[in-house]
Amino acid sequence: MSILNIVDLNKSFGGLRALSNVNLSIDKASVHAIIGPNGAGKSTLLNCFVGRLEPDTGSVTFDGKSLLGIKPHEINQLGVSRVFQTPEIFGDLTVLDNVMIPGFARRDGAFRINAWNPVRRKGPIAEKAMAMLKDVGLDGKADQVAGQLSRGDKRRLELAMCVVQDPKLLLLDEPTAGMSRADTNKTIELMQTIAKRGVTMVVIEHDMHVVFSLAHKISVLAQGTVIAEDLPEKIKGDPRVQEAYLGGAHL
Amino acid sequence: MRFMGMNKRDWFLFIGFSVVTLLGPIIFSPLGAGYPDLLQKFAIYGIFALGFNILFGLTGYLSFGHAAFLGVGSYTAVWTFKLLSMNPIPAIIFATIVGGLFSAAIGFISLRRTGIYFSILTLAFAQMSYNLAYSVLTPITNGETGLQLTQDDPRALDVAFGRDYGAVLPSSDLFGIDMTGYPGFYFCGVMLIICFFISLRIFRSPFGMMLRAVKSNQNRMNYTGLNTQPYALTAFVISGMYAGLAGGLLAVTDPLAGAERMQWTASGEVVLMTILGGSGTLLGPVIGAGVIKYFENIFSAFNDTILEQAYSFLPETMQHIMVQVSSLFVGEGWHLTLGALFMLIVIFLPGGLMEGMRRIRNLFVSKPSGGAGSDGNADTPVQNPA
Repeated sequence: MSILNIVDLNKSFGGLRALSNVNLSIDKASVHAIIGPNGAGKSTLLNCFVGRLEPDTGSVTFDGKSLLGIKPHEINQLGVSRVFQTPEIFGDLTVLDNVMIPGFARRDGAFRINAWNPVRRKGPIAEKAMAMLKDVGLDGKADQVAGQLSRGDKRRLELAMCVVQDPKLLLLDEPTAGMSRADTNKTIELMQTIAKRGVTMVVIEHDMHVVFSLAHKISVLAQGTVIAEDLPEKIKGDPRVQEAYLGGAHL
Repeated sequence: MRFMGMNKRDWFLFIGFSVVTLLGPIIFSPLGAGYPDLLQKFAIYGIFALGFNILFGLTGYLSFGHAAFLGVGSYTAVWTFKLLSMNPIPAIIFATIVGGLFSAAIGFISLRRTGIYFSILTLAFAQMSYNLAYSVLTPITNGETGLQLTQDDPRALDVAFGRDYGAVLPSSDLFGIDMTGYPGFYFCGVMLIICFFISLRIFRSPFGMMLRAVKSNQNRMNYTGLNTQPYALTAFVISGMYAGLAGGLLAVTDPLAGAERMQWTASGEVVLMTILGGSGTLLGPVIGAGVIKYFENIFSAFNDTILEQAYSFLPETMQHIMVQVSSLFVGEGWHLTLGALFMLIVIFLPGGLMEGMRRIRNLFVSKPSGGAGSDGNADTPVQNPA
């Protein structure tokens, strides 16, 4: 059963056709990787899911509802969380606050004035946030200011902020870019744990190691179109993919 | 230990603040600031800065038009005196409400932009209000003369309760207690304490956390399912209500409202107070307001005679030179002192006077390593800037 359906999506920037007739369907509780050379339109595609870009034509349906023409916070409230290529966190706040805010957003909705009772270390939101920080290995840094974390820690924090919301769909834009091998492996493990909980994931990634250790299905994007979509082992041997992605070299 | 959801440290802070406020006449008299007129100003501008800090300190939106709400509060209070009653309670209630409504309208439009454009929009609205108060709105504001009480004001409630002020111009009174002098100060002081308590609750609450998130990263907020616009607008309206209340209290202690209260210099002053004391801290804005009002009153009162006395131990030529130099900084020139102080603070203590105090405290108290989470005290709030 599919949770996200993309039908005939088109997007042009001036004369440049960034996406042309993209069709995708993401299965529930699966990890779907989108790969492709630079400029293939991967990020553009992701931006069309979360209300950052409005496609020219086509439809994006999530869980039976259209995601077009609604604001980013409304899309998130439907159950779509996104991890960015450069970590977007609350740099002035503590690590724990960073993970509690998504918790409040899930409990209280897009806007609520809850100005009388103090934020506490006890209670379900704080406890869930601490457990989440433990999962990503940041529980020892809960009281640090998030902006002072290393880049790898920031990425893990952002992942924690998204996962703590129990999203139905998690979008990840190059989650391991710029990470060391060791950090990459840790992140892969983390994402495997998240996937086991039944969270649907769409991963844009350059690192083939990451893609092949996570993905249940892979779509290959080149010049704004999906040129192949299959199981990982079949994608590996597909000559069209090797042509587009690696310029003819063998994987 | 918690009581009403607040931990021991916050109660200590709140009780300490209340005690200092209520003992103000005794505590500040060695500084020459123990007289009611100045103490009233400390309290009123403290409220103004506390409210401004909820907007600027938490959400980071720098408004340059908050004097408009102060002015609106004053006009509303004077009109309440004229039409209803000389009792200060309805006056400050209406001043707060009208300040809130006015800021909701201006905030709704200004918050469509961020950063410098937001500041310019608020400045433009405030200057517009100021000019309107001077010109076309003369029937409401009494233009250049300022809005004043007259003997034949209707004062419907006072008449209904048989209160007659006779042939003199009445001053505001709370059930018979005149709102001038020390009673006036205590009325303002109690308001300041209430405002401080509300501000403390907001700072510690999830709502306060959301406002800090607005300052930190609006993009992440949106992608976390939070609508930033209403959060920023609520903060704007709360600060507008604080400003309206402060304006109302100005009219309570002196029943007069003039358009100059809305001028951009007054908006700039509250920005200075907040930054000088430490924006985003709880106590900072009140301290900043106190320091600026103190300088304004004390330094501006110095004149050449006082200076000559101060330098009388020097030879005559030296005394003459010193008086010449010093007189630049006092009397009419007190702004120069304020400017120099402000520059020093911004350069050496970007966190304001509160940062200075923290640094001094850290010199004496060695900080234990590890955060609040590691010492097993699970009851402390997540953020605790005093």
